[in-house]
Amino acid sequence: MSTTPAGTTLIDPETIAYFYDEEADGFGEPATAAEAPRNPGMMVSAGVIGLGFLALAVSLLGSMPLAGTWTPFLLSFGLLTAGTIGYAWFAYKDTVPGIKHDGIMFGNTTHRGAIAWALGIALTGFYVVLYWWPEYLARAIALVEPLSQTLAGQPANQWFLYGFLYTMAVVLFGFRMFMRYRHNRYHIIRTISVMFFQLVLAFILPHLLRALNEPEFYFSYFWPLKYDYLFPGTVDYLVNSPGALGSFMVFWGTVCSFIATPVLTYFYGKRWYCSWVCGCGGLAETLGDPWRHLTPKSTVSWKIERAIIYAVLLLIILTTAVLWVSSTSEGALSSISAPLQQWYGFYIGAVFAGVIGVGFYPVLGNRVWCRFGCPMAAVLGIIQRFFSRFRITTNGGQCMSCGNCTTYCEMGIDVRAYAERGENIVRSSCVGCGVCSAVCPRGVLKLENGMSHGDRYPGSDNPLGALSTAVSKGARVYGDRDGYV
Amino acid sequence: MHTVIVGNGVTGVTAATRLRQLQPDWKITLVSGESAYHYSRPALMYIFMGHMTYEATKPFEDRFWRDQRLDLVRDWVTGIDIEDKQLVLHRNGRLPYDRLLIATGAKSNKFGWPGQDLEGVQGLYNLKDLRQLYKNAERTRSAVIVGGGLIGIELAEMLHSRHIHVTFLIREASYWCNILPMEESGMINRLIEEQGIGLIRETNLKEIVDDGSGRVEAVVTEFDDRIDCQLVGLTPGVSPNTDLVSSTPIETGRGVLVDHSFRTNIPDIYAAGDCAEIVSRNGGRNLIQQVWYTGKKQGKAAGEVLAGEDIAYDPGIWFNSAKFFDLEYQTYGMILSTPQPGEQHLYWEHPSHRHAVRVVVADGCIKAFNFMGIRARHEVCERWIAERRTVEYVLDHLEEANFDPEFFVHHETEIVRSLKEQLA
Repeated sequence: MSTTPAGTTLIDPETIAYFYDEEADGFGEPATAAEAPRNPGMMVSAGVIGLGFLALAVSLLGSMPLAGTWTPFLLSFGLLTAGTIGYAWFAYKDTVPGIKHDGIMFGNTTHRGAIAWALGIALTGFYVVLYWWPEYLARAIALVEPLSQTLAGQPANQWFLYGFLYTMAVVLFGFRMFMRYRHNRYHIIRTISVMFFQLVLAFILPHLLRALNEPEFYFSYFWPLKYDYLFPGTVDYLVNSPGALGSFMVFWGTVCSFIATPVLTYFYGKRWYCSWVCGCGGLAETLGDPWRHLTPKSTVSWKIERAIIYAVLLLIILTTAVLWVSSTSEGALSSISAPLQQWYGFYIGAVFAGVIGVGFYPVLGNRVWCRFGCPMAAVLGIIQRFFSRFRITTNGGQCMSCGNCTTYCEMGIDVRAYAERGENIVRSSCVGCGVCSAVCPRGVLKLENGMSHGDRYPGSDNPLGALSTAVSKGARVYGDRDGYV
Repeated sequence: MHTVIVGNGVTGVTAATRLRQLQPDWKITLVSGESAYHYSRPALMYIFMGHMTYEATKPFEDRFWRDQRLDLVRDWVTGIDIEDKQLVLHRNGRLPYDRLLIATGAKSNKFGWPGQDLEGVQGLYNLKDLRQLYKNAERTRSAVIVGGGLIGIELAEMLHSRHIHVTFLIREASYWCNILPMEESGMINRLIEEQGIGLIRETNLKEIVDDGSGRVEAVVTEFDDRIDCQLVGLTPGVSPNTDLVSSTPIETGRGVLVDHSFRTNIPDIYAAGDCAEIVSRNGGRNLIQQVWYTGKKQGKAAGEVLAGEDIAYDPGIWFNSAKFFDLEYQTYGMILSTPQPGEQHLYWEHPSHRHAVRVVVADGCIKAFNFMGIRARHEVCERWIAERRTVEYVLDHLEEANFDPEFFVHHETEIVRSLKEQLA
């Protein structure tokens, strides 16, 4: 027998041993004696943002001597814009271009601290007021009145206010994305894209149409996300609106839902919509970027995702079908169609997509709606998973399992699980934001549109077979951790 | 059949999962004192910098181990009872095994510098070191890092992210130039200085100075220059951790001596990964591989051997990668810092000093690549080297090897023109 006696150099009493619980320790923010260098530009910008909020508060709460004029609008939103742009500029301008993730897991705002919860409550509260108590927004609506008159030639309402704030968030935080990712052209170009689609197609154009007495129509939203665009009531209204434009809108919506969606998704994956065109995606990729790492990553969250998102898809298909049956059969199913429409609009359209979807950004990550709820994402996902050339390629054996990709995946995909095994990532939920590829310190991941759908994973050359296997196994197939062995 | 694996690093865990794939019914136990679950060692830096939580560095969810029936024992192994085939554990008595894999990794080198055991002086290899760094950073405004390898620059980046002023002390004339050719090394020197980090070259450490309370207050170089600091990072490389077998009949050299099937001189005891020294079959140099990828590759092969397969480890074509601050580096094939006899080095560097390519040619065929600030396809580079493609072929098809994200500016036209000129 030959043993080394216990208590030799192998065990250092100071060592992290079994009585040390690294799981509970958590490794928070390291304390240091060194102070961060001062950044006067950022401090001044923060001051300007503060002044902007002050101007906003005075406009909303004060006696409003200049109500209805451009002055309070320009003063408050001008200062907020200048301050936000300045803040992003000074935060990044003197840094070396590259990934800027220092301290994200320590940040009060970025890692579920008190500020994050306060922001979450404020955002959620805003949506609740917007949907159910818009009368409390009267003064805020009055603030954007001059813009509404100029753009739409009509008085502002809460939806104009909402669209304005939404677009402003996409544009301002889009600028932040430019600064943050200025080394990465993929992010710059797709950010320009979401800023364009939000600003032009989802804000300026719909209101210009109103100014021209045409229906307010959002050319960048389609059924089933914009569910009422294929409801009989909307179709009826559009077709019967004077001029040919209404009919074109119905044609456009139908073509985008049933032809453009499958074709574009086949060639480019779901990303052509979710992280390049869609307004929900646009907000998530700009305003939501600071919280992208908060999306839950566990297998359990994946199971919940699959259960909810396909249920919502079935629900909207059912609702649409029932509405059409009801409208074409002169009210045959009207006893269920009307409540169904109301129920969907309230719980899914307002509560899920708005209140939870955006309100929970600072706590559950920036893609809560897109990942768990959006029926458009569900359709695009099924196409991407089985009938698309898109994949994220893994670069041979270079993965070192660090987990940056998984951490920063806003859709909660365990990217590392594929990368460390050298497998392509082909997942229905992937919106192709490209951040996993950007944060990878070893150059392992690349978003690619291949030459065929058939070389992505074993069996991908037979999409229907892969689809039926996935359905019969409850989607516990390719890439699932359960199938590791 | 009960297989016990000592160490839950990448080698031990890869061996365990591979063994489970091949032998669904065997009992497999992993013993580790360092952590309850396997985590990714290269990710330690991201915890400190706040890019990731500790939780996120674990490649597998905790339920994975239960699902795969891989038993985890949190304990330190203090001895091996070879006759009775048992491990002696520090607190849990004895653990019998039928087959044993030693995957104890490596430990930081220390060169006997005066003051190297003072408080505030440390390496960076494991969770214990990370925990210590948290403590040491608390009082630190400036730090000195001795030894210019990959861990050194990671440590520099970590401390820099906490606004601690870092001075690098390296023996070489240029960062990591014992491994990297001068040009690539020069790019990194530039980056280090661009970050505001001091780089003192061709200078050895003489001693680390005690502040009177057992804590470091300065270092003194061989030229008697004194640099005040509250933290000293010693990162002059790692050596195989052979502590466990040092007083057993298991043979060791620099590492635990094994053959190409990871067998030690004792039946049913195997060793793999950073701790192993693979004895050459033809009298050449023994193989000690201490990077993540080789740890994983050896672990996979060791899992197959443990399962009873008759295989020999094939190191294959060398590759590695790293990231120096924001500069990514990938290498395929073996490139030494200076051209070897019969080799021609072709080199292109972008005027911004943020992209570079080196191609090594021998007998007109491609031998190796270095890529700085350009991502390359592993599969393509490896295939070209294995197939001994001509340099002309490779240059004409260089675009195929590009792995940069979409919309990135491609430099292949300039690269190929420049490299062809050098070739002519």
